[in-house]
Amino acid sequence: MSQSNSLLDRRAVAATLLANRGGMIAVTGLGAPTYDAAAAGDHPLNFYLWGAMGGAAMIGLGLALAQPDRHVLVLTGDGEMLMGAQSFATIAMQRPANLSIAIVDNGRYGETGGQESATARTSDLTAVAAGFGIPDAATLTTMDEVAAFAASLHQPQTAPRVRVIKIRPEDLVRVLPVRDGATIRTRIQAALAQ
Amino acid sequence: MSIDTDSAAAWPAEIHATLERYDVRQVAYVPDGGHAVLIQMAHDTPTMRPIALTTEEEGIALLTGAAVGGQRGVLLMQSSGVGNCVNMLSLVQMCRVPLLVIVTMRGEWGEFNPWQIPMGAATPQAFEMMGVRTVRVDRPEEVGPTLDAAARMVYDGGAAVAVLLSQRLIGAKVFVK
Ligand SMILES: Cc1ncc(C[n+]2csc(CCOP(=O)(O)OP(=O)(O)O)c2C)c(N)n1
Ligand SMILES: [Mg+2]
Repeated sequence: MSQSNSLLDRRAVAATLLANRGGMIAVTGLGAPTYDAAAAGDHPLNFYLWGAMGGAAMIGLGLALAQPDRHVLVLTGDGEMLMGAQSFATIAMQRPANLSIAIVDNGRYGETGGQESATARTSDLTAVAAGFGIPDAATLTTMDEVAAFAASLHQPQTAPRVRVIKIRPEDLVRVLPVRDGATIRTRIQAALAQ
Repeated sequence: MSIDTDSAAAWPAEIHATLERYDVRQVAYVPDGGHAVLIQMAHDTPTMRPIALTTEEEGIALLTGAAVGGQRGVLLMQSSGVGNCVNMLSLVQMCRVPLLVIVTMRGEWGEFNPWQIPMGAATPQAFEMMGVRTVRVDRPEEVGPTLDAAARMVYDGGAAVAVLLSQRLIGAKVFVK
């Protein structure tokens, strides 16, 4: 990674995306994206995943269709998204305007030792999303772009969006949120009922 | 190639009526001949949102999101798709998601295609090892009551249930030259 100084800090990205979130629901991909969301501050509308690799975006779709008046943000890693990349096709066909997928792309499988992922050399998840029919897919490389995207999460949208955010490959301190799935689910449902 | 399923069979309509009665909104499926009539009915029902999946495991994740978001869903697939769901079913156990899967069985009765046999034979175990109960239907008159019993366990009781519609019930696929 020659340009790693220009890559973004994942914790700053997560904190920006989740700031002033109002009633937004966040689904976080297993491993570091879950820790990033926890580091940004625990929230009852966080659906922390600790497994189900490849399923984050589809969980986001089910939530977005069930909760059309709220925005759903899926915050996940390149490895997790690569495992479920075909779900871009399903999401594109459903076209939920209240679903956004932010992929923090370090070109690595961080949790398992930092092995290179396909996005480090050959694959471009933005092009993949666009190719599957996601109407609005883009790669973000600056915090200004991330901040603009974060602000847009609270504006009405017309279509699902994918943002691939280029982050530094680094192993940060793990911030571990609640792990029990039933507790996570109950907490979200209680918050939704308010 | 044609399917000798009697498209006038009453059971797809009975399944549809049960799903409607339980206010099922998200109807997720990977296309399957045995489910073709029911899939079409879902497309024709304004309160149901048909969701075509690229792979069956997507449906497990989708219905987890739907349940957490307060909507009921159902997942339709053929038995060859069940193995695709195995790890994703961890979600259902961990989050105790109510889950109704309706599976058309292949590879067990007059099956022309031997490639359907391995996953067909492993289907009940694949569900059961991941904590999903299975209930099998062999006769047309059992479809309605079985669906109703399964739906009640799932939507009222929070259980995870797969209803296996036997190949004998559906009719073996016939390949015509
Ligand atoms: C089905 C499955 N395969 C493999 C793993 C092991 N695993 C856990 S996290 C992870 C990589 C996550 O990488 P990424 O999504 O890019 O997150 P990062 O840590 O790089 O931000 C892998 C391979 C798993 N938990 N489940
Ligand atoms: Mg990664």
